[in-house]
Amino acid sequence: MGALRSLSVTQQVALLFVVLFGLLSIVTILAFTRSLRDRSDVQRSDHEQFKRDLRAVWVGAMLFWVAWVAGGIVSTLLFGLVSFLALREFVTLTHTRRGDHRSLLLAFFVVLPLQYAIVATREFNLFTVFIPVYVFLAIPVVSAFGNDPQRFLERTAKIQWGIMVCVYGMSHAPALLLLSLPDYAERGAFMVLYLVAVVAVAQIAQEAASRRLRRRPVARAISRTFSWRGWLIGGAAAAIAGGLLYWATPFQPLAALLMGFIAGASGTLGEFVMKALKRDAGVRSWGGKASVTGAVGLLDRVAPLCFAAPVFFHSVRWYFGV
Amino acid sequence: MTLPEAAGLMLAGVARLITGAQGHWYGAPPKAEQRIYFANHQSHFDWVLIWAALPSDLRTVTRPIAARDYWTSSTLKHWITREIFNAVYVSRERSADEDPLEPLTEALRHGDSLVIFPEGTRGHTGDPAPFKAGLYHLAQAFPEVQLIPAWIDNVQRVMPKGEVVPVPILCSVTFGAPLALQAGEDKRAFLERARTAVIALRSVH
Repeated sequence: MGALRSLSVTQQVALLFVVLFGLLSIVTILAFTRSLRDRSDVQRSDHEQFKRDLRAVWVGAMLFWVAWVAGGIVSTLLFGLVSFLALREFVTLTHTRRGDHRSLLLAFFVVLPLQYAIVATREFNLFTVFIPVYVFLAIPVVSAFGNDPQRFLERTAKIQWGIMVCVYGMSHAPALLLLSLPDYAERGAFMVLYLVAVVAVAQIAQEAASRRLRRRPVARAISRTFSWRGWLIGGAAAAIAGGLLYWATPFQPLAALLMGFIAGASGTLGEFVMKALKRDAGVRSWGGKASVTGAVGLLDRVAPLCFAAPVFFHSVRWYFGV
Repeated sequence: MTLPEAAGLMLAGVARLITGAQGHWYGAPPKAEQRIYFANHQSHFDWVLIWAALPSDLRTVTRPIAARDYWTSSTLKHWITREIFNAVYVSRERSADEDPLEPLTEALRHGDSLVIFPEGTRGHTGDPAPFKAGLYHLAQAFPEVQLIPAWIDNVQRVMPKGEVVPVPILCSVTFGAPLALQAGEDKRAFLERARTAVIALRSVH
């Protein structure tokens, strides 16, 4: 690992992408050879699901590669676009009324671009308070001018929560990219890659664990699979993944383990909250298939990241005291 | 590429970015046959949504109906409806000796497909209003043209009446199986059947 740590930035990045795309290629080839076998319908639908997930991972990996090649501003724009699509899906799920039209316009066309502009200019103090303070005070004002008192608090809260998850949470990913840490200049892309990797590992490990373990669910009405042990296993797997990536991070080995756990565990909690939200909206699962309104489950995939990113971002800032 | 084509592509792109404009085809695949699509009407955005949900090669042969007095009142409106959408203009005031459906039958004789909103006016949320007789007369005059019902979902949230800027919310257009006028079918019965076919698409998943 020491040898890896002494490589130049470009070499490390190249190595990471070679490993990432290599692994993906192997998995894709294996999945293809498995699809040639004759199987039952259940297995086939499982396989279809797996293929969809795999495709999403490919798209994600390509996005990262483009972001790395194109630099900080373009990747901020890319994350902004993902944020827009996720918020669009979120708003589709919540029952807004006519009076919310102006607040929604504000959220989509003012708050979202401004937040990402603040990220791009690296104004991290303003970035941290812009949405939770200023926007959260402005949205109810605009909503109140909509002249509709029915379920006012609920509607306002939903819009604020949508902004919180889809815009505020998501914008911490490009913020990590642009955060300048001591002795770690121009390597922000590693931090994002680290974050995405541990969150994904935590999610996969937790799901596999809860399928095997069949523990009693913590909150059956929300998720039949979420159990504390499954959550811990997810977090532990994320810690191991984080530890293995430590050579690419500014952390000490132990800190890399801990950071992996924090990010992975908060990501899976985010997924859990998203399930509650979907239940509330009356959607069971998109399962990768387009629902009648055309929601394709992007929110499902980015929500863990949206929850993990702020937690991870502030842990890093606190750790380095910047 | 000409300017209207480029503007059309851009408009379809914007519509997709804002609404997703997903077309779901149940009962009839998107084919280049002559068709009349009829749908529920809730917003000015309805036509753009159907148009963006169609495959690009069908967009050029599928035409909307536009009120002449409104859509030719300014140069820009006229240009958009004429050059991008190739709209069929109809006049709203009816003169005694003129058949109001004449421009539509003219377009159908040319082999174009049409999109019509048989409620006549934009409705509020809930069930669509009873259909106007135009659909029946067209079905009678052109028995070989397929009648495809369509349900547009969620669009009233994108742009409620009176607003000008659309909010990004996912919408979908569900196209159903073709309908045909049966021999000796009563006008009212046919229109009610058509309306039921549109409403039935609301709960298709």
